[in-house]
Amino acid sequence: MAINLEVNGKAVAVEAADDTPLLWVLRDDIGLTGSKFGCGIGQCGACTVHINGQPVRSCSTPVSAAVGQKVTTIEGLGGSHPAQQAWAKLDVPQCGYCQSGQIMSAVALLAEKPTPTDEDIDAAMAGNVCRCGTYQRVRAAIKEAAVIAKALPDTTSAAPAAAVAN
Amino acid sequence: MSRYIRNIAEGAQSAATDAGSASPGGATRRDVIVAATLAGGALLVGCSLADAMSAGSQVEIGAFGPFIKIAADGAVTVISKHIEFGQGNHAGLAAIVAEELDADWARVTVEQAPANAKLYANVGMGVQGTGGSTAIANSWDQLRKAGAGARAMFVQAAANRWQVAPGEITVKDGLVSHAASGKSASFGDLIADASRVTPPESPTLKDPKTFTLIGSQRVRRKDSVAKSNGTAVFTLDVKEEGLLTAMVAHAPRFGATVASFDDAAARKVAGVVDVFKIPTGVAVVAKNTWAARQGREALKVTWEESKVEARGSDAILADFKKVAAGQGPAEVKWTPFETKGDPASVTDGELFEATYDFPFLAHATMEPMNCVARVKGNNAHLTFGSQIPTVDQLNTARIVGNLPGAVKIDTLFAGGSFGRRGNFQSDYAVECVHIAKKVGNGTAVKLVWTREDDMRAGYFRPIVHHDVKVRLDKDGFPASWRHRIVSQSIMKGSPTGTPKLDETAVEGALGSPYLKATPVVDAQLALPDVGVPVLWWRAVGATHTAFVMEHTIDQLARKAGKDPVDYRKALYTKAGAKRHLAVLELAMEKAGPTVTEGYTRGVAVHESFGSVVAQIAEVKIAPGGEPRVGRVVTAIDCGIAIATDQIAAQMEGGTCFGLTAALFGQVTLKDGVVQETNFDTYRSLRMNEAPTVETYIVPSGNAPSGAGEPGTPVIGPAVANALLAMGRPATASLPMVKPTVA
Repeated sequence: MAINLEVNGKAVAVEAADDTPLLWVLRDDIGLTGSKFGCGIGQCGACTVHINGQPVRSCSTPVSAAVGQKVTTIEGLGGSHPAQQAWAKLDVPQCGYCQSGQIMSAVALLAEKPTPTDEDIDAAMAGNVCRCGTYQRVRAAIKEAAVIAKALPDTTSAAPAAAVAN
Repeated sequence: MSRYIRNIAEGAQSAATDAGSASPGGATRRDVIVAATLAGGALLVGCSLADAMSAGSQVEIGAFGPFIKIAADGAVTVISKHIEFGQGNHAGLAAIVAEELDADWARVTVEQAPANAKLYANVGMGVQGTGGSTAIANSWDQLRKAGAGARAMFVQAAANRWQVAPGEITVKDGLVSHAASGKSASFGDLIADASRVTPPESPTLKDPKTFTLIGSQRVRRKDSVAKSNGTAVFTLDVKEEGLLTAMVAHAPRFGATVASFDDAAARKVAGVVDVFKIPTGVAVVAKNTWAARQGREALKVTWEESKVEARGSDAILADFKKVAAGQGPAEVKWTPFETKGDPASVTDGELFEATYDFPFLAHATMEPMNCVARVKGNNAHLTFGSQIPTVDQLNTARIVGNLPGAVKIDTLFAGGSFGRRGNFQSDYAVECVHIAKKVGNGTAVKLVWTREDDMRAGYFRPIVHHDVKVRLDKDGFPASWRHRIVSQSIMKGSPTGTPKLDETAVEGALGSPYLKATPVVDAQLALPDVGVPVLWWRAVGATHTAFVMEHTIDQLARKAGKDPVDYRKALYTKAGAKRHLAVLELAMEKAGPTVTEGYTRGVAVHESFGSVVAQIAEVKIAPGGEPRVGRVVTAIDCGIAIATDQIAAQMEGGTCFGLTAALFGQVTLKDGVVQETNFDTYRSLRMNEAPTVETYIVPSGNAPSGAGEPGTPVIGPAVANALLAMGRPATASLPMVKPTVA
């Protein structure tokens, strides 16, 4: 069936069964391959995207749940989001496969809590597995992203949530 | 891993020589293809292995050789013969070239080499491949010479242009200068002239004391931006016009084959293109991933199970224990790996006795195994995370009937490997090639494994059982050491047959400074057959030997009433293990006397892959009773440190990988069926459980050794030793946290 989505601010129409996981529609039909397949059951977070700014596991979210909602993928962050800057600055990635999902979870956290504590980070990031074990750099980069965001001239538009919503 | 893989090269080379000696001289390569058997396949003979493996491939080599490309604007591209799947080797490899070339580091990028064993063999393996923490070590001389050679070409070109002596010219950050005349030119300005200079045969290398890039904090990853914005391309991301996606229904038990299948429902799934049998199961080919998966779920397959491994992992371990107790089947033989003094006296007197059990472990890379292949006639082109391209070429060539070197492989980033992507059978790549061959026409076929496929496929770290009996002398140090290891051979059935001693099962016990310091040693290995594919898993033998040696030594120190650190130091001194002593002392110094409140320290030291690592781990018992690790102070001696920040990253990551295994890691089989098929049951360390690792590097003038694996095996025993220090019992089996749900 025809499904209409709004992905990274653009209207997209695809042909897919409505129980198709959002991940495969994003990857195979729309060609946005930044979101990864890791487990298929919402256990590893490699597929994390935002629906209306909230992090969801796209591998276990039917595409029908995204109709009429704002979907944001790693590509939609634009590349210079404070979290992305911090990730590159601290050389967080190793194999890199989980990092899109890590960043999407981190961006959602920063939108909600611009200065997250270690406990906030533990809670928000515990759903994202990294087999390379980059956790301590992910933690450091989230704190670094908070600093970068605060240093931006317009703190309102610099808030991660606003950057994503655009 | 390199020395294990080296066997392939040597075996293939001797097969080539044997058959080649019967061939008349002057034959062309194609004339001398014979059916020499290497693991059942055809191999080129009559020419060197490297020639054979590169025959048919076309790689353009520029003026600066196979490892360096320099663009007209002076930008430098370093060609990496090694895959990057997290280790950070691309940063280090590029830095070696850039240092000797005096390139502008900001304008250096890295490109992955194609499969070509002649140009890109791992010097330690003899074939092209990445493993055994050898990427930096085997490339060290090769890339220094490549960089220095290219630098000399620019210097000569400038000397010719300015009519000055080459010795008066300096190079810095890609700028070639002559101080006396004030002239300078960039690599870009000089490239046309430099390309025409004959490369020197033995370029002068820098004195390491003059390095300005190597070992500095400037050496950073070149792929962090691409891996932070979704543009880094992994196998799963390959896009191509007409690409089809395949999934395969695999047998639930190891050793089963397809008896029959009903594909009527599968073929009705929208998007499914074809369904057919391949050697490893039934393939469903579809227009997209979800259709392939739906199609596979609609399949009905009946399996022929007369030859399956039907034992559970408990039964396999029980059988291993019988072998250790001398009650195993007659065909299981013992192979000594360390023998000293009078073995008959090894169990005299009062003994310390301990046994240790280790489970199957899955690599569980974040990116499940996958591959893209195109087959047209005899030609095959693969695009994937190929860890040992030469072996993947050999295995593919056998299926499509072509020269191994003619199999084209483009290697992409891989979402982890930890050893999984390099095996003698090329299991998942071969599966993809079979499907692509049936599809034909050169159509790209992407084989996608689900997490469950990946976990059920085996290639696990083997189950291992250790039995240790030690007698202490009057001063409390080991006087005799009896050691029995029972495991499953990783190397049995390798292309060159079974080695006399499978070192992958004993390394780390073999070569231990503690055995060196013990006058009487009787250490032996037995390897019963198990019908489950097993493989190296990050740090290989050390994943269990480090635990056994380090946890045993801590228990012995306590039995002797000595401090575990002082006890180790005394043994290292006795064994002449200076590097062990140095890393332990550095770790102790950096850890300092103050233990974080609420935590208890445990120490462990182990050498693997040429590097020695000491860790001091601070451990507490978290609410719920699980051990939780906080601060981990790490000291490593890995020779000359090139990419220091990436060495730290490997210590951080290796520690998490080893800690996951020690705390949670186990694959269990029930009646031969894998029980942990996803991250809900195969537990992996998460953010709230991750330690904070500090890394300190011992200054060294030695050639570089590995960093990818040596950080993995030390944390497990360090945690177990902290538990001892808390007054808790010794850890006799891993994982430490037993699953609450069976």
